[in-house]
Amino acid sequence: MPKDSGIGASSKRREDIRFLTGEGNYTDDINVNGQAYVYFLRSDVAHGTLNSVDTTAAEGMDGVVKIFTGADFEQVGSVPCGWQVTDKHGEVMQEPRHPVLAHGKVRHVGEPIAAVVAETLEQARDAAEAIEVDISELPAVIDMKDAVKDGATKVHDDLTSNLCYDWGFVEENKGAVDQAFKEAAHVTTLELVNNRLVANPMEPRVAVGDFSRGTGEHTLFTTSQNPHVIRLLMGAFVLGIPEHKLRVVAPDVGGGFGTKIFHYQEEAFVTFAAKACNRAVKWTSSRSEAFMSDAHGRDHVTKIELALDKDNNFTALRTDTYANMGAYLSTFAPSVPTWLHGTLMAGNYKTPLIYVNVKAVFTNTVPVDAYRGAGRPEATYQLERLVDKAAHELGVDPIKLRRQNFITEFPYATPVAVEYDTGDYIATMDKLEEMADIAGFAARRKESEAKGKLRGFGVNCYIEACGIAPSNLVGQLGARAGLFESCTVRVNATGGLVVMTGSHSHGQGHETSFAQVVADMIGIPEDMVEIVHGDTANTPMGMGTYGSRSLAVGGSAMVRATEKIIAKATKIASHLLEASESDVELKDGAFTVAGTDKSVAWGDVTLAAYVPHNYPLEEIEPGLEETAFYDPSNFTYPSGAYACEVELDPETGVVTIERFSAADDFGNIVNPMIVTGQVHGGLAQGIGQALLENCSYDSDGQLLSASYMDYAMPRASDLPMFDVDHSCQTPCTHNPLGVKGCGEAGAIGSPPSVVNAVLDAMRSGGSTVDHIDMPVTPHRVWEAMNR
Amino acid sequence: MYNFDVEVPATVAEAVEALGRDEAQPISGGQTLIPTLKARLAAPSVLVSLNAIAELKGVRKDDAGLLCIGGGTTHAQVAKDAEADYPALASLAARIGDPAVRNRGTIGGSVANNDPSACYPAAVLGSGGTVVTNNREIAADDYFIGMFETALDEGEIVTEVRFPVPEAAHYEKHIQPASRFPLVAVFVAKFADGVRVAVTGASENGVFRWTEAEEALSGNFSADAVAGLKADGSQMISDLHGSGEYRAHLVGVMTKRAVAAITG
Ligand SMILES: Cc1cc2nc3c(=O)[nH]c(=O)nc-3n(C[C@H](O)[C@H](O)[C@H](O)COP(=O)(O)OP(=O)(O)OC[C@H]3O[C@@H](n4cnc5c(N)ncnc54)[C@H](O)[C@@H]3O)c2cc1C
Repeated sequence: MPKDSGIGASSKRREDIRFLTGEGNYTDDINVNGQAYVYFLRSDVAHGTLNSVDTTAAEGMDGVVKIFTGADFEQVGSVPCGWQVTDKHGEVMQEPRHPVLAHGKVRHVGEPIAAVVAETLEQARDAAEAIEVDISELPAVIDMKDAVKDGATKVHDDLTSNLCYDWGFVEENKGAVDQAFKEAAHVTTLELVNNRLVANPMEPRVAVGDFSRGTGEHTLFTTSQNPHVIRLLMGAFVLGIPEHKLRVVAPDVGGGFGTKIFHYQEEAFVTFAAKACNRAVKWTSSRSEAFMSDAHGRDHVTKIELALDKDNNFTALRTDTYANMGAYLSTFAPSVPTWLHGTLMAGNYKTPLIYVNVKAVFTNTVPVDAYRGAGRPEATYQLERLVDKAAHELGVDPIKLRRQNFITEFPYATPVAVEYDTGDYIATMDKLEEMADIAGFAARRKESEAKGKLRGFGVNCYIEACGIAPSNLVGQLGARAGLFESCTVRVNATGGLVVMTGSHSHGQGHETSFAQVVADMIGIPEDMVEIVHGDTANTPMGMGTYGSRSLAVGGSAMVRATEKIIAKATKIASHLLEASESDVELKDGAFTVAGTDKSVAWGDVTLAAYVPHNYPLEEIEPGLEETAFYDPSNFTYPSGAYACEVELDPETGVVTIERFSAADDFGNIVNPMIVTGQVHGGLAQGIGQALLENCSYDSDGQLLSASYMDYAMPRASDLPMFDVDHSCQTPCTHNPLGVKGCGEAGAIGSPPSVVNAVLDAMRSGGSTVDHIDMPVTPHRVWEAMNR
Repeated sequence: MYNFDVEVPATVAEAVEALGRDEAQPISGGQTLIPTLKARLAAPSVLVSLNAIAELKGVRKDDAGLLCIGGGTTHAQVAKDAEADYPALASLAARIGDPAVRNRGTIGGSVANNDPSACYPAAVLGSGGTVVTNNREIAADDYFIGMFETALDEGEIVTEVRFPVPEAAHYEKHIQPASRFPLVAVFVAKFADGVRVAVTGASENGVFRWTEAEEALSGNFSADAVAGLKADGSQMISDLHGSGEYRAHLVGVMTKRAVAAITG
């Protein structure tokens, strides 16, 4: 019987009441008395020398409060990068200065050159048009392979080249990997592109800076997934504001998908300008600005090779990837193609030898950073396309080849540094085969063919590392931050709880699922628990939400804090019950002396904590509030198997997804409905990447897909009804809830099965094409079939 | 947006007068013009709204049997009110954009704008319709001149579009995946005295008649008649979403499918 509350129940998302009735409090809903508005004048050329920015005419225009240019920020810090990668020669990566406003040079279309603060946005925009910018255009650096050639134009004159780093992983394995390829019975090679994406959260970025002369305190309201991280990065590295004089608030946030992790220059600008103008300054991104200023995602070009022995066992894997960094290093950009990608190259397979090379490259494009999955979709796509290609070359069933090479014993130490704690890849594949009705495929293909269509079936597996991550480990890997999480649980006198988490919810439903956990632990109704997040003034220092870490890491901190609460409450209860502490147990919201009917209710204990008339004051303090910090000992490793069935119109190249099945192993599950929703969203984005989305630049660095007229987002009608299952559960062994993380799985796991299915359909129509790049648009399919 | 004045005339005559003001421009549904204004790509000093002019609205049949649609009639209205008399036209209107666009955007705005990827121009040209303005009647064949170019003079208002109703017609649309405008769409209309085939989305010169297909179909109205026919790819649009060659190919496929939809 499904539970109706607590852990395991599909409790309705309490936050949806405000989101669906227009009662949400988003950053753009926040207006500070007397605020002014900023408009950023952005570069319309990709690369050029900034000779002069003349604001004279603009200064005198109606409503103008103040105009800022790069010169105003010379004494201000660089927008920092939070991760330093060391290359294969032991050298640290090249790290350019990232100014708040361009100075000396512009390096991508959309880079802010000047900022006009005015009484109204329209006045700011009018004045911006009167600013005279003199730029001498330079050749744009767009293609990554050209960018690293000798003599290429440099994006940053003070760096030695456009190569940020050349990373080899594991460098010591390289010789053995090369040797294994020499001895291989078969080698499969694949070159592919992981297409560049724009995250496009429904809510564009917004930032409001405020400053109080009276207290010297700065406040930044911003659309962030991690307000404490922004406070630390911006306060310490850019503006030099101590954390106790800087409050960062990220209220309701309308989707993040990674792109709201990073510290952006607009945040630093409004904070700086609020003090300089002595009034609050607000910036609301337009959708057009979002396309050219939100960090983009993916953008890898890869050659990958698999060596197999005569029995089709994988013996070695070798990859060579170019990863686009864009013009500057966004907050976590260097970590994405390295530690979030190279470490996942074993996938679900016991390939003994792996070598991964990644060249990170500067180009005159918007910075690229983490986007839902970050590095892991790139790894999964390469590997799962490659295994499929190998199966077809060898004439073996793709599922059989996968099964034969599955890792079956856990814990399993991969040759790429990580250790999978648990998993059961056979179970998820068994489940998938049942869900996908493989037996019925032949008949469905016939039906399609009768209509003049082709039908294809594709599968893939995935493994991901999420719940990031142990601080001591990431520190060794170059992170300039810890990756613990925090929680304060405050119990009020009348028994209700306020749980202040360092995690941040921007659509994931934490307010519901986190409350389920605490309510379950104490045995009280969920509505007695309130989840508070998103404000540095009322939550403990937390690292925020990304990498599917909220429940695995933030939830673990919450469990630890709640355990402390229960321990203290038990002490108080045993005093009230005049019993020994070891005899008192908490069950269903009451403390009972074991083996008796003596009990005291939760609310009586909490009241005693704040009205300590009858209380062991000599032993414990009054009050009931506890904080815990949790630092995990490992990543968690969700895994699964996905299947896609497509119909393809050979005359037009149009591909439609007819069926999609997803069998995931997320360990224990707190709220099955929310997990299903997370998978649905991930699948939509993964299928979007596979079929529709493409961020495209021309050779001059102009953004061609700069609006929804040209950037295709997935819509409901592009997607089938998903068949999602998470009954295969191998709980995580190292966090108290046994949970693994489900936020990114859909986006990580779905693209390869879509492309595998399209190729299967094409083959059934007689095509010999063995690869097609994403997005698999009708035009590309038609071209591939008519080559 | 830049600042502008707004005039809301109640009659075509008043609108024409208002359009005489310096830098004046008509606005109908605003589904094309408002985004242009927001992007500051147009700077009219006066917007003359056509929305309050009752005589520009509605779908009727005239004595000659022509289906007459007022220039200010929304796509949603056409989808509903033309259904009985001209189902292919109603179906075209029902597939433009999304509900918000269909409930604001108008046929007059669409044919005045003449976007090379717009739907209505294919129906007007494919039906051999007539564009009526405040001072003349212009045959479709003379009206659509090129990409975003029409025979309209400055300040001239599209008051009505008249459609001869064919024996049978069909509009086949292959969408551009992002905008969902046609990448290539074909309107085929079968009249007692011949067949007209109009193509939108494909050509650098905007909507055009595919005369080879018209000839082939006038003799033998069947999908087979056009199956082997290839459109000329030399003047086709090439962009992110499809090469000229692909568009030329789609012209053939869409035409064949439109005919097949009619012949059943
Ligand atoms: C999201 C979206 C999707 C769309 N999808 C499609 C699609 O699939 N197919 C399609 O065909 N269209 C599509 N459109 C365009 C839509 O149909 C527009 O409504 C139409 O093209 C313009 O009509 P309007 O009434 O909105 O004109 P407006 O935007 O008001 O005006 C457009 C232009 O015509 C002029 N004008 C307006 N009315 C008149 C008149 N009566 N006489 C003379 N000049 C006039 C204006 O001055 C302006 O220059 C889409 C639009 C959007 C926003």
